[in-house]
Amino acid sequence: MLFKISWKNILNKKLNSFLCILLMTLGIAMISLLMLLGKQLQDKFAKNISGIDLVVGAKGSPLQLILSSIYQIDNPTGNVFLDDVVAIAQNPLVKEMIPLSIGDNYQGFRIVGTNKKYFEHFKTQIASGKMFKGNLEVVLGASTAKNANLKVGDTFASSHGLDSEGEKHEEINYKVVGILDYNNSVVDNLILTSLNSVWNIHEHKDENHEDEAGDSTVKREITSAIIKFRSPMGMMTMPRNINQNSKLQAAVPAIEVNRLFELLGIGIEGLQFLAAVIMLISGISVFVSLYNSLKERKYEMALMLSMGASRTRLFLMLLLEGIILSLLGFISGIALSRIGIYLISNALSKKFHFDVSQFNLQTGELYLFVGALLVGILAAALPSIGIYRINISKTLATE
Amino acid sequence: MLACTELSFSYDNKKTFNFPSFSCEKGETLLILGNSGVGKTTLLHLLALLLTPNSGSIKIKGKELAMLTAKEASQMRANHLGIVYQKPHFVSSLNVIDNLLLANYLADQKESKTQAQKLAQNLGISELLDKKTSLLSGGEQQRVSIARALMNNPDVILADEPTSNLDDENCEKVIQLLENQSKNIGAALVIVTHDQRLKDNFKNIITL
Repeated sequence: MLFKISWKNILNKKLNSFLCILLMTLGIAMISLLMLLGKQLQDKFAKNISGIDLVVGAKGSPLQLILSSIYQIDNPTGNVFLDDVVAIAQNPLVKEMIPLSIGDNYQGFRIVGTNKKYFEHFKTQIASGKMFKGNLEVVLGASTAKNANLKVGDTFASSHGLDSEGEKHEEINYKVVGILDYNNSVVDNLILTSLNSVWNIHEHKDENHEDEAGDSTVKREITSAIIKFRSPMGMMTMPRNINQNSKLQAAVPAIEVNRLFELLGIGIEGLQFLAAVIMLISGISVFVSLYNSLKERKYEMALMLSMGASRTRLFLMLLLEGIILSLLGFISGIALSRIGIYLISNALSKKFHFDVSQFNLQTGELYLFVGALLVGILAAALPSIGIYRINISKTLATE
Repeated sequence: MLACTELSFSYDNKKTFNFPSFSCEKGETLLILGNSGVGKTTLLHLLALLLTPNSGSIKIKGKELAMLTAKEASQMRANHLGIVYQKPHFVSSLNVIDNLLLANYLADQKESKTQAQKLAQNLGISELLDKKTSLLSGGEQQRVSIARALMNNPDVILADEPTSNLDDENCEKVIQLLENQSKNIGAALVIVTHDQRLKDNFKNIITL
């Protein structure tokens, strides 16, 4: 009965209740969305750089070098000569060097020329077909195969540049020889081939320029290289050495990603603060709504008191109204944030081939639940204390 | 059933209301007449245990009630008294039947739909049970208040100006219903009013 009265009261003031719930919904949805996005971006970013100590490439922005070489989301800083990179890899502190050659795409999926160490680094498994061996053979990431609708045995012509609208290398087709298992890393959205294949495609194109075509001494170029050190000593000396004494640039992924998250963090914190303010306003609107309705319902309260209700019972009834409102707000807020993450995930995977769908309840959202409940209880309790001050006889006699 | 002796009450020590002694037996009706300002509502609130008298005694079924604590008074009122107020007020968000059942609920008694339907039948408001109380006419609202006062089968029914806002026809009807229903359940009925129209209906009259 108590619940019924509370519920009917909420229904009775539809617009007021709607406003309270709406504000709570927005606050909760924003905070939860930011938590989900922040966590997943951090997870993805952290996962992809694990084990990579250094990236070397052409001079430019270190963040751009990291984003383009590891995450495959920005444009490369330029090309460097393979010989220069190999010279660096000769250093005894270097355990492993994985060359990367980026420059073409198929339907927006980047074609990356590399070697087998790249696969070992990301611990990929072949789901069907085999590894590339010969010229112009490629292996697809799981998402690439699915979204570009390619299977083993298919052939395709790549486009120049990283934009799917780029000029096509129509004379030569790549051939799909293998498809990788879903790896939950950047590999999923790539097309992988050997360095030679990438070089061949571009040489073929260059045949038109007769003077270059026959020049066998032309130096091979790559975009960048991933470097792993044998010991932390490498981290201490090599980046500085490369940056100061060569035409190359060395960027440390951990530092750059931290910098990126510091920048993002300010934005996320600001938005979270805004969302908390919205939640607070929702509390205030519950407060105002209950305060006003209590003035209107003073006689009603006195009547129920005269009919045998205890003041605590009525107080609980009013609290229940605040709790129901904030609970409804919480539930629809969580639902809204899931819809939001679904839409964002769709947009991101279209644009950056970046999947952030994650619909489980986060631990942070439990705190959010407690917070919403507290806001509701507090906002309802403050005006409802008036119940304990009602003079039954006077109220019944005068109003 | 109900007996009062030499009740007195003052709001702020300046003006003291002194009420005559009276009693009302089971099934009987007592009409207390008086003009505005003589303390009619005060007397009714004393009887309803909403106010505590300075001196004097109130007995229902021989039990002294004048000096009960607020909690005891609240329980006594909920279970043994039925009150019809001057203006029919309800819990506005609930419909008629829920307002009736609320009387059971707040008195910690079992919610009896059959009792509510029976009373609605007797008072001619059966077809109004699902409506919001704000949609009813004045006469209908007053009948719902009577039904509510009767929900817990009280020993004493107190009515504060039950007819002052009603026209002659409705006034007659409401008084008839009040009297019949109190007789039905064997309760003492006390009506406090300034409405001179009621004078001819009752034998037991006290004028303040």
